[in-house]
Amino acid sequence: MARWGTRRFDIRVQPGFGTIALFTFALLYLPIVTLVVYAFNGSDSLSSWGGFSLRWFADAARNGAVQDAALRSFIVAVLAAGIATVAATMAAIATTRTAPYRGLGFKYAFINQPLMVPEIVTAVALLIVFSRVKVWTGYSGLGYLVLAHTAFCIPFAYLPIRARLEGMDSSLERAAADLYATPWMAFRRVTLPLLRPGIIAGFMLAFVISLDDVVITEFVKSGGQDTLPTYMLGQIRRAVTPEINAIATAFLALSVLLVTVFFFINRRKA
Amino acid sequence: MASAAEIAKRAERENIRGRWLLSAPALVIIFIAAIGPLFVMLAYSFMTKGDYGDVKPVFSLDGWFSVFFQRDIFDDTLSIADAHLSIIWRSVRLSVITTLATLALGFPTAYFIATRPRHTREMWVFLVTIPFWTNLLIRTFAMQQVIRNEGVLNTGLRALGIIDQPLQIMYTDWAILFGMVYVYLPLMVLPLYASMEKLDFRLVEAGYDLYASRLAVLRRIIIPLVKPGIVAGSILVFIPSLGAYVIPRVLGGGKNLMLGNLIELQFGSGRNWPLGAALSITLMAVVMLALMVYVRNAARSGAGHG
Amino acid sequence: MPEPSGPEDKRVAIEARGIVKEFGEGPSALRALDDVSISIRENEFFTLLGPSGCGKTTLLRMIAGFEYPTEGAILLHGEDIAGLPPFKRPVNTVFQSYALFPHLTVEENVAFGLEMLGRSKAEITSRVAAMLKLVRMEELAKRRTDQISGGQAQRVALARALAPGPKVLLLDEPLSALDYKLRKEMQIELKRMQHETGITFVFVTHDQEEALTMSDRIAIMSKGRVLQIGSPWDIYDKPADRFVADFIGETNFLTASVLGIENGLARVRLKSGAEIVATIAEGLTPRDEATLVVRPEHARAVASGGQVSGAVENVVYFGTDTHIHVRLDAGDIFMVRQQNRRTQSCGFEVGDRVGIEIASDAAQVLRD
Repeated sequence: MARWGTRRFDIRVQPGFGTIALFTFALLYLPIVTLVVYAFNGSDSLSSWGGFSLRWFADAARNGAVQDAALRSFIVAVLAAGIATVAATMAAIATTRTAPYRGLGFKYAFINQPLMVPEIVTAVALLIVFSRVKVWTGYSGLGYLVLAHTAFCIPFAYLPIRARLEGMDSSLERAAADLYATPWMAFRRVTLPLLRPGIIAGFMLAFVISLDDVVITEFVKSGGQDTLPTYMLGQIRRAVTPEINAIATAFLALSVLLVTVFFFINRRKA
Repeated sequence: MASAAEIAKRAERENIRGRWLLSAPALVIIFIAAIGPLFVMLAYSFMTKGDYGDVKPVFSLDGWFSVFFQRDIFDDTLSIADAHLSIIWRSVRLSVITTLATLALGFPTAYFIATRPRHTREMWVFLVTIPFWTNLLIRTFAMQQVIRNEGVLNTGLRALGIIDQPLQIMYTDWAILFGMVYVYLPLMVLPLYASMEKLDFRLVEAGYDLYASRLAVLRRIIIPLVKPGIVAGSILVFIPSLGAYVIPRVLGGGKNLMLGNLIELQFGSGRNWPLGAALSITLMAVVMLALMVYVRNAARSGAGHG
Repeated sequence: MPEPSGPEDKRVAIEARGIVKEFGEGPSALRALDDVSISIRENEFFTLLGPSGCGKTTLLRMIAGFEYPTEGAILLHGEDIAGLPPFKRPVNTVFQSYALFPHLTVEENVAFGLEMLGRSKAEITSRVAAMLKLVRMEELAKRRTDQISGGQAQRVALARALAPGPKVLLLDEPLSALDYKLRKEMQIELKRMQHETGITFVFVTHDQEEALTMSDRIAIMSKGRVLQIGSPWDIYDKPADRFVADFIGETNFLTASVLGIENGLARVRLKSGAEIVATIAEGLTPRDEATLVVRPEHARAVASGGQVSGAVENVVYFGTDTHIHVRLDAGDIFMVRQQNRRTQSCGFEVGDRVGIEIASDAAQVLRD
């Protein structure tokens, strides 16, 4: 045991923590890896391995329902994230770098509200209201989905934009005003360019959140308005074929790509 | 000529009016598609249920009543709504266990990340972030592939000769538990890491200098200092667990319902919208309570450090 | 406070009249400026000097248009500019943090104001070049502002503020972020630029040495009030009250009883019993008990004699001079500053008995 006596005492070490951490990482990735591996399974069933194959990706790509759902997911996500980002940018400007004023706390609570209510609750509440509205107006298009997604995307878009604004030296805009820039010019020439990384990050977060949503979409959508996640939810309940794995894997790749880009945008800022 | 005071006041007023106008779109959208419907739902919980779903605009406490009691169809006697209460109980129980399990795994993991050298720390955080941003449904589905009878877990255990019959995990509470722990683990690790990253290891040094053992340092120094992270992580896991809908639906099958599925049922085949609304508000109330505990805790620990 | 207007009085560039600024409302309101009146002449290097929190920056921001007075008016060349937003005021600011736009190059920063004024491309190009030449930054025109040093950023901020040709340039502690040597250089540079451009400079600082070396006139502020306005010489040599005397330079205070006043001079008796003649701060009628101020360099330590005496408590060597701290018999500390000579030390050691000789007309009676 002499060896132990001479070993450096590392104050940061807690016994067993490293093992648990590695177990956690294994736990986080084992299911994902399984999912991805089975997507390349040539066999007809998930029970046996039939060699490496891309056939399920090809099947999924040819599947009209998948194409429709993917396109719909994309349209809803772009619209919802776009509108949410504009609204969140304006709200962030209105709620930062100011002395507290009456209603400021109210605004914070309001904007962050979608984060605090369980999704299922919002989902059924929207079902109640939108089903009535659909009957009254006769309109049952994608507008409902876009509106619902926009609402829960706003807090996600708001967070990075607000963080960026708070880290911004407010004397820059004062300097612009001092140099004869009208408030609009100061915004366009100084605030907006400096805010751009925050706005991009906010849009991407909102986009991912909208793309991922299952619960609210499931309750708000009209017939035949499946998005990719609700299509998958429907399929999982039926017979599971590796085609779902292929769709999930493609979806996963997109998410990882977006998160990676987001991660590097944020890092460059810091 | 306006006086200086008037000009100052007017500028202030214009500033605040401008700020309201700027925040108006966000507030209006959230009101229409998030907050407003909650009030409509509150009203629905006090109405009479319609024959084919929806409600009749007649005041009734039946929705709230049937959260806790049921009326026998034949003899009209009252009894406790066992089915509902057992589902609520299952939701709370599974959420608490999920929170504890993610804490048990997440705390050492966050600590591990926080004690890595600065340049590798980012990579570890990134590894936690990827599952965090991966679609919840996909992760649930991925977990299904691990725990189903022909899944990786059972195949592996069988190959190792530990079991000879597959363990039936799918469609049990265990499946829901595995799913929730797996899905919500990043929500525990990230806030824990955020507070551990700020941990001043000179305090740990001081602890060892004053004769503390590793366990004593952990219990008396590290845990109290990262308590805000523990509370934040627990809340972030507990709240979505309680309202979980997709995970029990996919992994629990039709039998092992949680509150979220019970609510859905009332708007689907149950056709009891007032009850569904009342259950939703009950769920929301529990969540609000948990958030209030959190906010109070955060305020207290903030005051303690500031 | 009212200012004496002499025949040399030039045209007024900026006038602040009875400015009051309160932050917050009701009884908890904080009074940042309390009835401040100042007039700044054209082509003047005017400094607002005071400790932090005295209201000097608030006053500057008010001139720029970033704060509104609660009461009072600000006039630019006789015109009330209260209703004008910052971007309509022909006044430019050099910010304490410089506030250079990080997404623009040095050149684009300097051009910003001219662009906003809608000047022609040709005019902007030549004006920017001239400004960069003035601040000696021609070579770094294409650099991004996060690729230049603090001193360079300071020059760019100056060029940017000067480019639109403002009538008045406001400088908010522009040198505070620089190290000592660079600060000294920039002090001279700033003086040169003010001379070359002929623009009125309003300079805010808490550094009394900076104020004394650069300014034509200084306003000393404390707790939202203006205590004294005058040339550096006036302020140093004839401080109006105890705060000014204490804030500017090093000072000895002595209490004395006033025996009589004749021809604007007071005969006073010190605690030691010695009687001396002291000048009287402007506009002051001394009471029986008065505070005298004596600058350390206006007194001399002597082996015997002097108006007061005591024991040497500390001798501090400063290179060019030596400070001798003397504990007077009356109990106060008195500091004497003596020029060092090459061949000998000051000649006193701790514990020595010394007398202090106060030069005639060096003492002044102060308002408390």
